[in-house]
Amino acid sequence: MPEPVASGAMTLPTFRADDDPGPSFLDVLRRAGGEPRWGDLPRGIAPHEFTHGTTVVAIRYADGVVMAGDRRATSGNLISHRTMEKVFPADRHSGVAIAGAAGPAIEMVKLFQLQLEHYEKVEGGQLSLEGKANQLGQMVRQHLPAAMQGFVVVPLFAGYDVRRGTGRLFEYDVTGGRYEESDFAATGSGSLHAGTVIKIGFRTGLDRSDAVDLAINSLFQAADEDSATGGPDLVRGIYPVIATITADGFDRLADAEIAERFRALVDRLSPPGSTTTTGISPTTRGGSIR
Amino acid sequence: MSMPFYVAPEQWMKDKADFARKGIARGRALAALTYADGILICAENSSATLRKVSEIYDRIAFAGAGKYNEYDRLRIAGVRHADLKGYSFSREDVDAQSLANAYAQMLGDVFTHEAKPMEVEIVVAEVGADPSDDRLFHILYDGTVVDEHGFTVLGGEADAIGARLKDTYTAGQPLDAALQAAVGALAGSERQLTAKGLEVAVLSRGNGRRAFRRLTDDEVASALGGAAVAPEPQADVAPATSTAEEAAAAGDADQSAEGADPAPDGNGATGEDPDGDMPTGDSDS
Repeated sequence: MPEPVASGAMTLPTFRADDDPGPSFLDVLRRAGGEPRWGDLPRGIAPHEFTHGTTVVAIRYADGVVMAGDRRATSGNLISHRTMEKVFPADRHSGVAIAGAAGPAIEMVKLFQLQLEHYEKVEGGQLSLEGKANQLGQMVRQHLPAAMQGFVVVPLFAGYDVRRGTGRLFEYDVTGGRYEESDFAATGSGSLHAGTVIKIGFRTGLDRSDAVDLAINSLFQAADEDSATGGPDLVRGIYPVIATITADGFDRLADAEIAERFRALVDRLSPPGSTTTTGISPTTRGGSIR
Repeated sequence: MSMPFYVAPEQWMKDKADFARKGIARGRALAALTYADGILICAENSSATLRKVSEIYDRIAFAGAGKYNEYDRLRIAGVRHADLKGYSFSREDVDAQSLANAYAQMLGDVFTHEAKPMEVEIVVAEVGADPSDDRLFHILYDGTVVDEHGFTVLGGEADAIGARLKDTYTAGQPLDAALQAAVGALAGSERQLTAKGLEVAVLSRGNGRRAFRRLTDDEVASALGGAAVAPEPQADVAPATSTAEEAAAAGDADQSAEGADPAPDGNGATGEDPDGDMPTGDSDS
């Protein structure tokens, strides 16, 4: 489990030239004795009453990639958090989404973000998108001992490859296996349903609006079939986290836009004459009421 | 077998200080100064790849003058220090003062215990939420920390450049004017400096979580374009004292490495959400 950094935080960490950890923050952290030691967990199968995050998806579209994740975290049969975030910027031009054991997953994202930023600062330039994807794969592989005991973390990594001028996305398995997907990827408990919805709705060169709607539809359908995936919470105004990653960088969509699109989806799905009504959400801006 | 000569500690330290000062004086100078929206660091540097000015952390920048390999080692150690501290505590707990103190300890140790002192001086700059929270720590080869107000100059001919900058610098000027003042002071009256020979970066309050940003040659050229770069000729230049002596004479907050107070004054903790794009470790954040 992660431990506070015992040394190195207050003095300047310096190393001999032949013993230098280079641009890797994880190596510096290891030398300082602060890296999470997931391999040292006690033997035995972990109980299932720890927090799990669920469904995340990524879809490639004309300008880059859209990433989306529901907000529910569960502990066994209970909903433990309604507002968990599972989609994060990894750096300016990439994002990471997580499913699985929430504690180690968030720790992994934090370390991954730091690893990328640390590399950029030490080396004076960014890693290639492929290099970032490989870094994350190594982190998932290092986590394997914990995954074997039930603390599974499976991330998605997506970004805009500034050198190739295109969006790219990567899936992982628990062994750190890295698989580049050309069109879309989904992981987590609702990924089967979300992935099917995207598979049916996907076309090459989707525009932003259609890609975001497809992500929203996939999460809606996953929540419909999978109890661990949270749908839009109209009562509390909690919506999935959705972000686009393009040449302009990582951009998280405003809740108002996501709410608007969910309402349009629910209206579309409701049979004519049904009593279902979404009404006017409190997030509707004055401009759209005439 | 010959007996070692006795060398008085005063002489030993003075020789080391002279050696370090000579090494630093060989390097080209740089100026760090506050402007309306943050802190500007402008270095004379003809290399487009070997940097003198760099990002350390969200609101902290580093600049070094003197021997490149020595200050670059300090820079990387600073990045590691800041990232480790931010990881084990919180991003807002990383502040320039504790980093400056850590640098001072290291430079002081090397100066006292190693055969060769480091031929560097460095500046650690931190941009605050408010101009009054901006910090400039100038750290000398022997670990002396000077808490500078407004501006500071490092490297060769620092005293002459500092005297010129004193006349053109005003607090709270816009970026273009601050850059013109810095470049004018670095160039002096007999030279012209162009964007190609300069390395310019800012810590800008308006730049989001990571305040550090390099200015491109085009940006520098257009900022310099309007005004003449050469400043008014100076009547007489300040007497050539070392920066340390000058600072001490001026009664600035001058901390010796050993007397440095490690307690943070809280200037790093602005209470601002750093863009909210880092997971805080709470799954429900």
